[in-house]
Amino acid sequence: MSGETPANADDRSRPDRGLRRTAELAGVGITALVAAWMLGFVLLYWAQDLPVAGDLYAAFRSFGRGMDVALGTNVFRHPIMWQSMAVGVLVGVVAPLVGSFLVHREMALIGETLAHTAFAGVAIGILVTSSTGWNGSLLLVALVVGILGALVVQWLTERTEAYGDVPIAIMLSGSFAVGTLIISYGDGLTGVNIQGYLFGNLAVVTPEGARLMGALSLIVVAGVALAYKQLLFITFDEQAARVAQLNVTGYNTLLVVLTAIVVVGAMQVLGVILVAAMLVVPVAAASQIARSFRETMYLAVIFGQLSVIGGFAVSIGLGLPSGGSIVVTAIAIYLASIVGSGFSVKAISAHG
Amino acid sequence: MTAIVDLDGVTFSYGDTVAVSDVSLTVEEGDFLGLVGPNGSGKTTLLHLMLGLHEPDEGSIELFGRPVDEFDDGGRIGYVSQKATSRGGAMPVTVRECVTMGRFAHAGRGRLSAADRAAVADAIETVGIGDLADRLVSELSGGQKQRAYIARALASDADLLALDEPTVGVDAESRDAFYALLDELNDDGITVILIEHDIGVVTDRANRIACINTELYHHGDTESFVESDALAEAYGTTGQVVHHHH
Repeated sequence: MSGETPANADDRSRPDRGLRRTAELAGVGITALVAAWMLGFVLLYWAQDLPVAGDLYAAFRSFGRGMDVALGTNVFRHPIMWQSMAVGVLVGVVAPLVGSFLVHREMALIGETLAHTAFAGVAIGILVTSSTGWNGSLLLVALVVGILGALVVQWLTERTEAYGDVPIAIMLSGSFAVGTLIISYGDGLTGVNIQGYLFGNLAVVTPEGARLMGALSLIVVAGVALAYKQLLFITFDEQAARVAQLNVTGYNTLLVVLTAIVVVGAMQVLGVILVAAMLVVPVAAASQIARSFRETMYLAVIFGQLSVIGGFAVSIGLGLPSGGSIVVTAIAIYLASIVGSGFSVKAISAHG
Repeated sequence: MTAIVDLDGVTFSYGDTVAVSDVSLTVEEGDFLGLVGPNGSGKTTLLHLMLGLHEPDEGSIELFGRPVDEFDDGGRIGYVSQKATSRGGAMPVTVRECVTMGRFAHAGRGRLSAADRAAVADAIETVGIGDLADRLVSELSGGQKQRAYIARALASDADLLALDEPTVGVDAESRDAFYALLDELNDDGITVILIEHDIGVVTDRANRIACINTELYHHGDTESFVESDALAEAYGTTGQVVHHHH
C-alpha cells in the first residue's frame, strides 16, 4: 500500500460518535412518537361516535383549538388539516425507509414510474366510480393498479440487462398518457380534483385516505423490519446474495410492491409528479454524511420528517401547494448535508 | 476425497453465442483450482454455472453432492464477484455490516445471535482488518475491500471460496499479502476456486488448473499444465498471455 491510504484518515471523528448516535436515536424516537400521535388521531376520528373515543376525540379537537390560539393560526382546529398532517408525517417515515434500498439499488426511476402508474389508477378509479356509481375509494383502485404496475416493472427488469431504463421510461410516460386519456374521456363525469393528485394538495386528503395511509404505513414498516437483512444483502451485493441462496426475485418483488404502496399513500399530499422525491432526496442527504447503512436509514427518516414538517409550515404559512413545499425543503436539507460533508457530492448512481 | 463441484458435459450459450461447451471437471475438497483462459473465454460463466447463477443448456452440475438447482445451503459458499471488487458505489455500509451479511444465510428471518456476532468479529480479525471494522467499505483500498469480502465468506463458515479476479486494481504488495491469506485458508481445508488473469500467480498458488476457452483445454495438476501446450492452444496465436513472475 503506498501513498494515501484511507485507513487512518478520520480517527478524530471517533469521540463524538456516542453523542451522534444518541441524537439520532432521539430523532428517530421523536419521529416514532409523532407518527403514533398522528395514527392515534386517524383512529379517533374514525371511532369518534364510540363512547370513550368520542371523549378523547373532543379532547383532541380542543387541543387543536388551543394550538391555533397559541400560534395565532387557523389550522389545527380543522380535522382535515390533521388528516393531511397525519398522511404527511407517515409518508415522511415510510418513503425514506423504502427509499434507502431503492436509491442504493439504482432504482430511483422506478418510484417515479410507479407514481405515474398509480395516476392511471386514479383515472381508472374516477371512471369506475362515476360510471358505475360504486362508492369505492379512488386510492384503493390506484393501489391495485400501482401494485400491478410494480409487478410489471419487476417482470420487465428481470428480463432486461440490469435495470434497463428504456422499458421503464416507456412504462412511465405510457401509463401517464393512458391516465390523461381516461380522464379526458370521463371529463365532466365527476368533480374530482385532478390537479390535487398531480401536484399534491392538503385538501385532497379524505378521512378514508388517511386511514388507508395508516394501514399501509404499518404494512411497510413491518415489511422492512422483517426483511431488513435480506434487502440489505441484495442491495449491497446481489450476486453474492443469490449464491447465499436468498430468494432475490422474491425480495425484489417485495421491494417494488412496498414502493408502490408508499407511492399511492404519498400521492395525496405530494402529487404524482413529486412523489418520487421523498423516496430519493432524504436518502441522498443521509448518504452524504452517514457512517453506516443503519445510520443512513435513521438519518433518512429524520430528514424525511423534517422535510414534511418544514414543508407543511411553508405550505400553510404562505398558502402554497404542499408537494412543492415539502420537496423544496427536502432539497434544502440535501444541500445542507453536502455542505456538512465538506462539498463531496457522492455519486450514488454509479453504474457498474 | 469428496467432490465439492462436479460438472459433467456442461454447455451454456447466451442466445446464439456458445460461452461454455461440453466442460466436464471435478473440484475435490481441499483443492485450490485456478481457472484461467483469455478474455471472453467463459471463465466467469463457468464459475457462475458452478454456483447455480446460470442454468446449463446441457449437462449436469452437482454442488456438494447435490444437483445445483436443489442446493440450498448458501452459507457453505463464499463468493466474491468481479463486480463487488470494482464496485464504486457510495452505499454507506461498514465493514462490520458487510461481514455480518455472511451470517444472514444462517440466521434466516430471525435476529442475529451473540454467536453470530462473535463469528463476525472472528472473521474480521482473521483477515487482519480489525481496526477497519467501523469504516465504510466504499472508503477502503482495493486490497482492504477484498479482505472484507473474504471475511464475509469466512463468517458464513463457507467451505468453498469462489473468487472472480479478486485483485484487479489492487497494488502488488497488497495482492501478495492477499494471496498469502488465501494459501493459509486453503491449508485450513477451505476449497478455493480462483479466476485470475495473471497466469504466474495461479501457477504459483493453485494445485489444480482448469484452462478454458469455451472448451476445456486442460484440467489437472499445475505441473502438468505448465508442461503442456494447453495455454498456447487456448490462447491461440492472437491471444495475449499475461505472465509476470514474482
